[in-house]
Amino acid sequence: MRLDYIVRRVIQFVIVLWGAATLNFVLPRLSPGNPVRERLLNAMATGGVQQAGVEEMVRAYNEQFGLDKPLPVQYLLYLQHAFVLDFGYSIASYPAKVLNMIMAALPWTISLLLCSTLISFTVGTLLGALIAWPHSPRFLRHLVVPMMALSAIPFYLLGLVLVYLLAILIHMFPVSGGYTIGTIPGPTLSFFVDAVYHSILPALSIVLSAIGFWAIGMRGMMVTTEGEDYVVYAEAKGIPKQGIFLHYSLRNAILPQLTSLALSLGTIVSGAVVVEIVFAYPGVGSLLFQAISALDYFVIYGVVFMTVLAIAIATILLDLTYPLVDPRISYRSA
Amino acid sequence: MAHELTEHIEAPDDFAPTADVVPPRGSRTAVVLDYSRRNPDLVIGLVMVLALILVGIVGPLFVDVRTAQPTRALPGQPPSARYPLGTDEQGRNLLAVMVVGLPLTIKVGFLAGFVGVGIGTILGLTAGFVGGAVDTVISMIVDIILTVPGLLILITIAASIKSFISVEVLALVVASLAWPRPTRTIRSQVLTLRERGYIQVARRSGMSTPEIILKELLPNLMPYLAATFVTAVSATILASIGLEVLGLGPQNDPTIGMTIYWAILFNALLRGMWWWWLPPIVAIVMMFVGLFLISSGLDEFANPRRRRIV
Repeated sequence: MRLDYIVRRVIQFVIVLWGAATLNFVLPRLSPGNPVRERLLNAMATGGVQQAGVEEMVRAYNEQFGLDKPLPVQYLLYLQHAFVLDFGYSIASYPAKVLNMIMAALPWTISLLLCSTLISFTVGTLLGALIAWPHSPRFLRHLVVPMMALSAIPFYLLGLVLVYLLAILIHMFPVSGGYTIGTIPGPTLSFFVDAVYHSILPALSIVLSAIGFWAIGMRGMMVTTEGEDYVVYAEAKGIPKQGIFLHYSLRNAILPQLTSLALSLGTIVSGAVVVEIVFAYPGVGSLLFQAISALDYFVIYGVVFMTVLAIAIATILLDLTYPLVDPRISYRSA
Repeated sequence: MAHELTEHIEAPDDFAPTADVVPPRGSRTAVVLDYSRRNPDLVIGLVMVLALILVGIVGPLFVDVRTAQPTRALPGQPPSARYPLGTDEQGRNLLAVMVVGLPLTIKVGFLAGFVGVGIGTILGLTAGFVGGAVDTVISMIVDIILTVPGLLILITIAASIKSFISVEVLALVVASLAWPRPTRTIRSQVLTLRERGYIQVARRSGMSTPEIILKELLPNLMPYLAATFVTAVSATILASIGLEVLGLGPQNDPTIGMTIYWAILFNALLRGMWWWWLPPIVAIVMMFVGLFLISSGLDEFANPRRRRIV
């Protein structure tokens, strides 16, 4: 792997984060009547009990972002705070800091997404490969149409249907939440089991609809390897067909799948954010939903920035692992 | 870089066997009929999408569209002769909601898709045809934006202007991130077209660059633009419904996404009011499957080399 590729990739990473931070800075200032200031003033007017807190927050906001200072200075101050992930206080639940709220929600989202993406990617890719393989059982062919239909349905719509079927009509799974209300989250086995039990439905809605996507993509790639010379040659050599399938066709078709995994992370996360709302799952998506309802701008901007950061890290890691999967790639500068 | 990889990988398509590809001679209808016979996907998809569009055109003849607004009907009624799809908690006639909402949702998708593909065409043509530093910059921006979670960026934008969101504004918000994918598709297509004989001939014969683009390149790009547009509409509808489910849609318009938002907000699932959320879901699924079938049916049209292998 060449150094200049890594450098280029890191520069791209920095640009993404700078862009996200800048967007968060520019948007409220561009929109008519700066919604953030308006929201703060509004909170001050209707504050009541929290009056003191809100006034303090306004002061902290003014101090932190230097609203009395010229715009470029404000911008630099903003970037400086974004760099250390300081997003200030939540407007709706004042003494809480945005970063802490996100950190409390993040493990839920990450574990849900990691598990469901790994499962759907593996199962979907294998299934797609088998569908395209001439030697697999016939009935697999008939899976193409349902796979296409599944891949066309957004996660959260499938989630709504699953909740109705498996949680309301048959009481097989809990309707919503991340754990039974009343239990105290902690590192105990019973809590872990409870949490997994609650995550099955949201995970299932992501897995089911994502499997279709990966299967369709893999099938397309497998079909192109079918007539390739190296496959014909391997057949002529008398390599067993299972061996050809695994080491020749699958091996060659899987790289585009990885590329598209890196490219789809953003879409997957976006879909999962909405899934969490359907299930009232205590992750980042639900936090974002509440923040939007309360117009809690600092939380919204914080969540968006942190998610962009997480995906940027995941993408760069995936990109750097390609050469391990495909030795032909050595990231020369073209 | 990611897109260099994909380009490298897409190359094997060239080796796909070119089977019976000779287009039948004869009248235009015969050609269309023959194409549809080979690609039933396209016909099924078109029928599904047209059926949804028809709901908005024919529907108002049978339903009073004013009842799509809150408090115009008895709240919380299950389907009956008077309200075939029931009513919601705020007193909307849900059949009227579908009749009014479907065209609005389709409008958002088409408007945003149109703007996205328009910008994508301009950028893709420029990047592919001009090349050099311009291409590098455009490609890099596209690469960067494609890896960012689009919906979240849209959420930031929409949340900052929440009180101003109408159907048109929603379409523009969604369009603001709908161009990178078309840009990439069109750019790579332009790259292959650029070296074709007729473009070379046009260039040698002294045609100016804008002239070549308008008279030679664009007409040959049309099939790809059509396919790209269908994919873009599907993506923009998905994004707009995502925003609406989060509560960032037009608050006073009964679009499909807003209907799902209200249904979730008023706990329709737990209260067993299936008639509230099921029809919008069926409509959206029909929409996505229909658009998907159209785009896979257009595949042969857009990529004549990629004739059906299976």
